Amino acid sequence: MEDALTTALLLLDATIRVATPLVLAALAGLYSERAGVVDIGLEGKMLTGAFFAAAAAYVTGDPWLGLLAGMAGGLALALVHGFACVTHGGNQVVSGMAINILAIGLAPTLAFAWFAQGGQTPMLPGSARLPQIPMPGVEALGGIPVLGPVYRELVDDTNLLVWAALAAVPVTHWVLFRSRFGLRLRAVGESPAAVDTAGLSVAGLRYKALVISGLLTGMAGAYLSIAHGAGFVRDMTAGKGYLALAALIFGKWRPWPTLFACLLFAFTDALQVRLQGVPLPWIGVIPVQFIQMLPYLLTVLLLAGFVGRAVAPKASGVPYVKER
Amino acid sequence: MPVPVPPALETRAVNKWFGANHANRDVSLSVPKGTIHGIVGENGAGKSTIMSIVYGYLQPDGGEILVDGRALAVRGPRDALAAGIGMVHQHFMLVDPFTVLENVLLGAEGGWTLTRGMARARAELTRLARDYGLEVELDRPVGDLPVGAQQRVEILKALYRGADILILDEPTGVLTPQEADHLFRILRALRDQGKTLVIITHKLREIMELTDNVTVMRRGEVVANVRTADTDKERLAELMVGRKVQLRVDKRPARPGAEVLAVEGLRVRDPSGAERVRGVDLRVRAGEIVGIAGVSGNGQSELLEALGGMLPFAGGRVRLHGQELPSGGLDARSLRGLGVGHVPEDRQRVGLVTGFSADENAILGHHDDPAYNGRLLLDRRAVRARCEAEMEAYDVRPRDPRLPASGFSGGNQQKIVLAREMERNPGLLLVGQPTRGVDIGAIEFIHRRLVALRDEGKAILLVSVELDEILGLSDRVLVMFDGRIVGEVDPAGADERRLGLMMAGAAAG
Repeated sequence: MEDALTTALLLLDATIRVATPLVLAALAGLYSERAGVVDIGLEGKMLTGAFFAAAAAYVTGDPWLGLLAGMAGGLALALVHGFACVTHGGNQVVSGMAINILAIGLAPTLAFAWFAQGGQTPMLPGSARLPQIPMPGVEALGGIPVLGPVYRELVDDTNLLVWAALAAVPVTHWVLFRSRFGLRLRAVGESPAAVDTAGLSVAGLRYKALVISGLLTGMAGAYLSIAHGAGFVRDMTAGKGYLALAALIFGKWRPWPTLFACLLFAFTDALQVRLQGVPLPWIGVIPVQFIQMLPYLLTVLLLAGFVGRAVAPKASGVPYVKER
Repeated sequence: MPVPVPPALETRAVNKWFGANHANRDVSLSVPKGTIHGIVGENGAGKSTIMSIVYGYLQPDGGEILVDGRALAVRGPRDALAAGIGMVHQHFMLVDPFTVLENVLLGAEGGWTLTRGMARARAELTRLARDYGLEVELDRPVGDLPVGAQQRVEILKALYRGADILILDEPTGVLTPQEADHLFRILRALRDQGKTLVIITHKLREIMELTDNVTVMRRGEVVANVRTADTDKERLAELMVGRKVQLRVDKRPARPGAEVLAVEGLRVRDPSGAERVRGVDLRVRAGEIVGIAGVSGNGQSELLEALGGMLPFAGGRVRLHGQELPSGGLDARSLRGLGVGHVPEDRQRVGLVTGFSADENAILGHHDDPAYNGRLLLDRRAVRARCEAEMEAYDVRPRDPRLPASGFSGGNQQKIVLAREMERNPGLLLVGQPTRGVDIGAIEFIHRRLVALRDEGKAILLVSVELDEILGLSDRVLVMFDGRIVGEVDPAGADERRLGLMMAGAAAG
């Protein structure tokens, strides 16, 4: 009993850790795609954010400057995307892929040039990583069965960015559905011509959305390299940007369902780590490669079969050109 | 001496170029306060362009715009809105998933959260609805509303922003006669409250019925500014086209022959599975035109598509020249082989491949005809010759078979489709919206060709949302509502009011 609880808690703890960057990146995509700009470049922006966060944190020794640098990295690429797609009406998928390819090459190249450690940043000391937040009352609650361990494992010593990701969901929901900015954002993703004729700037709104997207992806990258990890390594996002995009679609471009989609993907990921090398009843040990396929298999299945009709924002992917 | 009241809206020598196309050439017009002003002209005459410039949606290449006698620098819709100008565009500028309230608020939210603005808008809209007869359900998503209600939302949007001058671009294009009447009542009420209205239209009947003054435009220029009371339809048509136009279709009584098409209890589902045609019986004989009147979306499109082989039959029987078709229907290719010509409703999407050249479009569906094929490759010369002959016969301009279909105006695109379908001696011709978006001059031509085809002894089934067209062309008119034929009307001496009620499902034939 006690053992099963511990196992479950460890699994949930791992789920939360994996889910955090997914949630941040998926929300980043939500802002961008709700505004009508397809954001397939989440992966690249996240990777760039991870690199600049680790590099700045190492050089300055200050994790907060690292976080800022990571967000600035994501922002810079988001603005490139905006310049190509909003200002010049370029193809959004092509621009997003270009950003991904750029990031995959650029981050290790810069790392090699600056740190000469084979495309990585040096390991970060504890003081250069974002802190975990201790919670009061761990001792007091420790004696209580179930609640004690749950509090200790899941709530206490949780990283700041985990809380940030969690808070970002209700905030996004509020912004999207209760604020003036959100109304305009949703409108520009559905019908930019209506926004234009209402006397608002389509390009301005899309740039604002991209700025938020860039900052959030940078934050997601920083989580990987200076909160969860202790330095940047080559390809450390490993497809999380695409997974976040899938979660966004599975969540039908809505904040809460997107959070649950992220948690689901993260849970299968945590589960596959747990299942590696463990013999299952009836089946025996499954080769690691098959187990590692789990999250991706689930993505394909969910997106192919269970989403129902996921209706994307109507103007998503379409550059806005005034008709005459 | 009384000070003259300056006009509410005035343009002085406005010019606009789209590339090499001089869309507005020294356009000057003046709209007195508290009047309804009509702007008429054919497609491409520049009437929407000048009003888009007034609204700030387009930037002029020269000229002046004055509101209440003061020159106005309009850099965008925001400036126009601030000057009290509102516009209802031809294609509504609405966000479909948004509620009516959200659509009205967009751009005029009144604060950075929505709560306060929503409460204020709700009160204000209720007042406007009461004063002008602009009732809409505020909390319904706009996409679920009928088009007439969507249009009222657009008008509410403008009034909520305090518009004193309201521009409406082709406001009745999508409305039933009843909805149009409702709209006209609203517009007159607005005028009586001192608002100034500008109506862009190509329907002369509306000009005569509604406006106080009218500006006629042709090829980017103003050709006349007249008081509506001093003119009539024939004179306006002549000004628009630049020559005398026959507005009425000239035809002899039909001499119908053998039955060509017989439909019994036909049912058709649209691609989403909804049953749109729900048991239709009809007959078309050789040498007659049978028209189907109805508000768009009542199954006429699906009926035409099923008979043209684009949708399968879901039930019922169809006989063509006395031969029973298979129960599921036939594909378009087999039907073409049986002598069925089909001018689809949506020429851009279905009737043409807009990226293909005119001559390629002229043989769509007939590309395997030996006449256009060498041993291995298409005989381009034969294809081009065929297209040139059709262009000559149908007066397609420009007469260039190599030009992509997208490079032709709507009327000329339609002529390319009509030529392809009519010049292959079809026993039965299915025609959907033959003159949608087509100029008056071309309409006259298309109507004459259809009547000529009838007189050759062909059977024609016509679907159109233009009531005048249905009544003018058809020998018999069937009214369709909610997937069924609800009655038959004799087009000669038809009572338009009763026809309108039948189209709205409120009266039986």
